[in-house]
Amino acid sequence: MGSPDSAVLVEMTGVTKRYAGVTALDRVDFAVRPGEAVCLAGENGSGKSTLIKILSGVEQPSEGAIRIGGEQMRGLNPRRAASAGVMVIFQDFSLFPNLSVAENIAFASELAEHRRFFNRRAARETARKVLDRIGVDIPLDARLEQLPVAHKQLVAICRALACEARLIIMDEPTTALTEREVRRLLGIIRLLKDEGVAVVFVSHKLAEVLEVSEKVVVLRNGRKVAEGPATEFNASSLTRHMTGREVAEASPGPFNGAGETLLTVEKLDKPGAFRNVSFEMRRGEVLGITGLLGSGRTSLAKALFGLVAPASGRITLDGADVPLGDPVAAAHARIGYVPEDRLTEGLFLTQSILRNVAVGRLDSHERRGFLDMTGLVGEAADWLARLKVKTPSIAAPVTSLSGGNQQRVALARWLSRAPKLLILNGPSVGVDVGSKAEIHDIIRDLGAQGLGVIVISDDLPELLATCHRILVMRGGEMVDEIEGGSITEDDLSHKLAS
Amino acid sequence: MTSLLTRNETLVAVVIVLFCILAAVSDPNFLTVTTLSDLLRASIVLGIFAIGAMLVLISGGIDVSFTAVAVSAMYMTTKFSLAFWPEMPWYLIFTLSVLLGAGLGAINGLFIAGFGLPTLIVTLGTLSVFRGFLLTFVGSDRISALPPDMREFSRMVIARGTTEGGDFYNLPWSLAALVVVVGLTAFILHKTMLGRSIFAIGGSVESARRIGINVRQTQFFVYVYVGALAGLAGILHGSMNRMADPFSLVGLELSVIAAVVLGGARLIGGYGTITGTLLGVALIVLVQNSLIVIGIPSTWQSVTIGALILLGTGLPAYQAKRAAARAG
Repeated sequence: MGSPDSAVLVEMTGVTKRYAGVTALDRVDFAVRPGEAVCLAGENGSGKSTLIKILSGVEQPSEGAIRIGGEQMRGLNPRRAASAGVMVIFQDFSLFPNLSVAENIAFASELAEHRRFFNRRAARETARKVLDRIGVDIPLDARLEQLPVAHKQLVAICRALACEARLIIMDEPTTALTEREVRRLLGIIRLLKDEGVAVVFVSHKLAEVLEVSEKVVVLRNGRKVAEGPATEFNASSLTRHMTGREVAEASPGPFNGAGETLLTVEKLDKPGAFRNVSFEMRRGEVLGITGLLGSGRTSLAKALFGLVAPASGRITLDGADVPLGDPVAAAHARIGYVPEDRLTEGLFLTQSILRNVAVGRLDSHERRGFLDMTGLVGEAADWLARLKVKTPSIAAPVTSLSGGNQQRVALARWLSRAPKLLILNGPSVGVDVGSKAEIHDIIRDLGAQGLGVIVISDDLPELLATCHRILVMRGGEMVDEIEGGSITEDDLSHKLAS
Repeated sequence: MTSLLTRNETLVAVVIVLFCILAAVSDPNFLTVTTLSDLLRASIVLGIFAIGAMLVLISGGIDVSFTAVAVSAMYMTTKFSLAFWPEMPWYLIFTLSVLLGAGLGAINGLFIAGFGLPTLIVTLGTLSVFRGFLLTFVGSDRISALPPDMREFSRMVIARGTTEGGDFYNLPWSLAALVVVVGLTAFILHKTMLGRSIFAIGGSVESARRIGINVRQTQFFVYVYVGALAGLAGILHGSMNRMADPFSLVGLELSVIAAVVLGGARLIGGYGTITGTLLGVALIVLVQNSLIVIGIPSTWQSVTIGALILLGTGLPAYQAKRAAARAG
């Protein structure tokens, strides 16, 4: 280890970082070779962001050494890191929405050359070369804001390449991409690796990038807890290392099936989305609805809550008809819906945690036109405590919470309205592994308390861990019904695709 | 791709043409060299202000203090010249006013770039402070006995005369100032990294920082440059009106920002074109000077300008929203 190895591109040895008494990184060794792809895995707070900040010069290590290209880097700053070829692609890409694709790609490299004057033709030339290099065709003069997310990411990669990147660090690269876009990204990564560019993936959702990676490094609580060839890891061993415990998912308790019928859906039909959907569920049952993207599962979920208006059919809750296509009536009938995209549909992100819960209960705490604040706040705080939302203060904005805790806030809002039926669309999307298991616990609990819960998801282990019964949709139709305990993940995945 | 129709420039140009057709129909004398030269003269000061205001909007800020900067620079320069050097040549008078304007702009820049304060708050504050300081400590008399060279400048014309139809026209040299300002600003914005950096910080300050743009330096430049333009516009205003009036100019800032916004600059930063800004100025000047020609009483001026802003910025925004809804 000790002697500088010329074949190593970046080498961090014994790097420690302390913030005001808290050790964020504890004597971590980390090395990347040219042309190598490394997965840096860890849950939120594991120290992976700190490691990246140190490597890109944003933060200084308290102890330890960094070598880039064999050269000892003291007092590394972002500019020096960049000129040494270390580039970070942040989750938000850090691009300019108002500038053209060509300028977005060329800007950083022109700045690095200390140019004073701007030459549009030269910028286009730089951009075209890099786009050709990764074999992608994006119109050079298009404004960045007009591009889809996947293209923006490619522009960010091109910008790094234009600056002669030798190591590209990608923060959560696959979160916003579809299956096909991930494929293309992986293709480009392979290309770059062949050219000797190294890549570090930072993520808590790594299964997708494992296949192009050589090495996996797992951090937990600031320490390196595992390192090895990517072939030795799979999704479940990664999870084990990241959480430090066997997140053996409990299976849902047996459903006695004795409860009375809660929900009846008869011949629900919406042209273009779903056809002739009928099913029944009982009190205390956790029902999974799954299917591939485009199978109609999300439209169906929305239709149950009135967000999508079906053309025909009938929904009955506890024997009473629920008007179709009317979310207010659905909420009134005590159906709750937690959307997949919490960030834009489910929560008021900049408002306080408390208010986010309380907003669902304003009506019930009205006293002659005025709000009974004490009652309202007390009830909301009570629910936050019951769902174990981890926060120093319930007055803090929701943005200050991790994904798992945000999901709990959304749940708390609905639970405080005492729903009879709760529809959860993708309950653990964007949530780290440890919190995911806890959310599953909550879901099983809700069922045990006698609520009806519908889980819409394409995360098969999640369905198997929570649902008594799973309905499979394909091309808008219910094609299968499976008892939860009776199937393995592989069989289920087969049924989805066939 | 942005269609030509959804751009503010096109919309404003169409409105200008319609306005001119209406005016020409109701008054045959409208389409003459006299009207054109009058409108051009009226556009000079507004145009220089607008170019400056546009630069600030592109950088993601807003400046409402430039009129106070202009009037202060103009009045102080005049006072200085009269007190110490009445025969001061016009180009030195202009230079002094530009430098004073830049200095006052640097005060804005210090608060905004140096201390990172919100631009609207800072410039609202300096608007009051600069003007109050001027009236309290420098003077509040209207001076019509200007330094001789300043009066002289206003008489210097590129062309003047009478057409065969008997229309009198007069193009002052101060028009050249607008042309120089437009040329210089276009060069900075499109041909220098500094100009591109102004666009970049308007698009995303955080991204700009991350790729190594010196955000503070860029912002500081913007406010100094706008101050300098204001100093120039102020002294031109004094010279063309043959009077140094410390009560003038302040109050114009909203019309100027209206012209810039009409021309397509967005308040969120990152967007704005010189063509659009000049068209916006042309429309505002037309409305202010010629509304009466098409039979609308001049008391309707502000209603018309307001309606144009709502239409001119609202329509493209609405179309963009529709397009986004279709795409999503």
